[in-house]
Amino acid sequence: MIEVKDLHKAFNGEEVLKGLNFVFERGKTNLIIGQSGSGKSVFLKNMLGIFTPEKGTIEYDGKPYSEFTDEERRELRKEIGMVFQGGALFDSMTVKENVMFPLKMFTKMKKTEMEERVNTVLERVNLIGADDKMPSEISGGMQKRVSIARAIVNRPKYLFCDEPNSGLDPTTATVIDNLIQKITHEFDITTIIITHDMNSVLEIGEKIAFLKDGLLAWTGTKDEIFKTEDKTVTDFVYSSNLFKKVRDAQLKGY
Amino acid sequence: MTYLHSIGEYFLMLKGVFGRMTKRSVLRNLIFKEINELIIGSLGIVCFLSFFIGAVVAIQTALNLNNPLIPKSLVAFAARQSVILEFAPTFISIIMAGKVGSFITSSIGSMQVTEQIDALEVMGINSKNYLIFPKIIAMLTYPFVIAISMFLGILGAYVAAVLGGFVKPDDFVSGLQDDFVTFHLIYAFIKTFLFAFILATVPAYHGYYMKGGALEVGQASTTAFVWTSVVLIITNYAITQLLLS
Repeated sequence: MIEVKDLHKAFNGEEVLKGLNFVFERGKTNLIIGQSGSGKSVFLKNMLGIFTPEKGTIEYDGKPYSEFTDEERRELRKEIGMVFQGGALFDSMTVKENVMFPLKMFTKMKKTEMEERVNTVLERVNLIGADDKMPSEISGGMQKRVSIARAIVNRPKYLFCDEPNSGLDPTTATVIDNLIQKITHEFDITTIIITHDMNSVLEIGEKIAFLKDGLLAWTGTKDEIFKTEDKTVTDFVYSSNLFKKVRDAQLKGY
Repeated sequence: MTYLHSIGEYFLMLKGVFGRMTKRSVLRNLIFKEINELIIGSLGIVCFLSFFIGAVVAIQTALNLNNPLIPKSLVAFAARQSVILEFAPTFISIIMAGKVGSFITSSIGSMQVTEQIDALEVMGINSKNYLIFPKIIAMLTYPFVIAISMFLGILGAYVAAVLGGFVKPDDFVSGLQDDFVTFHLIYAFIKTFLFAFILATVPAYHGYYMKGGALEVGQASTTAFVWTSVVLIITNYAITQLLLS
């Protein structure tokens, strides 16, 4: 569980996060949504320790990050898996080497044990047979799955995903969403996903934080977001023509 | 101010490079990989250039020695001095700034724009150490490249001078041995070590701190070549002033 309390962050005197409070629950897919410039990425980077907040705390399982020693911070980072927007796969390594990388860096596992773990994870993300390929030789969807495999291979407690299905076709995006949700439940991970994609919200939004101008404008679940009458949220949700038409059809009783 | 900021950033990067170390077994593999890419991969062009530069130096010297009172062995002496003191360590380093420097900047820069460096940092890995330290260690073998360059430069001079009929073989060997100062060789290798460090770190700085996309990676490579050359030339001047004057 990650608890954020009164989080403030500013750049050059301009406040980007203006006092956020939210609890990201363990074993659930927690989504952060909002328009571009609403502060989602800054929020994520604060939680990852890349940025230091001006005010407020981020507690990992009850302990504030600011009170972690350097050693504890390094240990915490080993428990974090991150799926980057572009995959961020190491392009000089094969798929297998990419997935094995965290094990090589942080464990004392034997090579056979590492290979066994990598094969299990690759099987879990349906990538058996692609292990000797280079990242440039596989599709965008496969790259995202490799990125997920690399993020979960060391059995993290926290999984952060920055727009995991951006640039993917709707079918592949759904596959990726479902995969992240299944992994979250299976390994009981605290998963935090940044997304713009309302399809993702509909598929896996077990807990949603809607950000607007650095403030938490709304919280709820995927069922609640489509029923809310909060104008800030409805303006965002129904900016998609598809969702707008579905809502209009529902209102007309079709 | 921008230059001062960059210089400060460069030294902070160096502090990071020698900070928390990557796991030894991983580092060892990275060092061998870098030796292969940076050093072994450059041997072909270094050998080719060194041989022909040595040859041209010999021909140019021979063609300018018209006075019968000047012994022909001077061709070998001039070739030896030119190759050992400047052509091998400095000229080859400028070439390496183009070849190795661009490679280092573009490889680290590409990692920066595709968030691979962020991925390392999020995992808790000291990305500066992981990416730059192995390159510095690999470049410690650079003096071997320069030694080969010196040998081939002088060999090229011998072949051009003797086969071109400018000097007799015995005169050439005699000229090579005339007034040989061992310290000149030591000076050449001292500056080679310094150049090796510059060749590894200045392009790495330009790659690590670059911002933007693919176009900016190309621009960063060009800037890295220019600045590496500038730093090499200034260092060459300073070290020559310190050690030889």
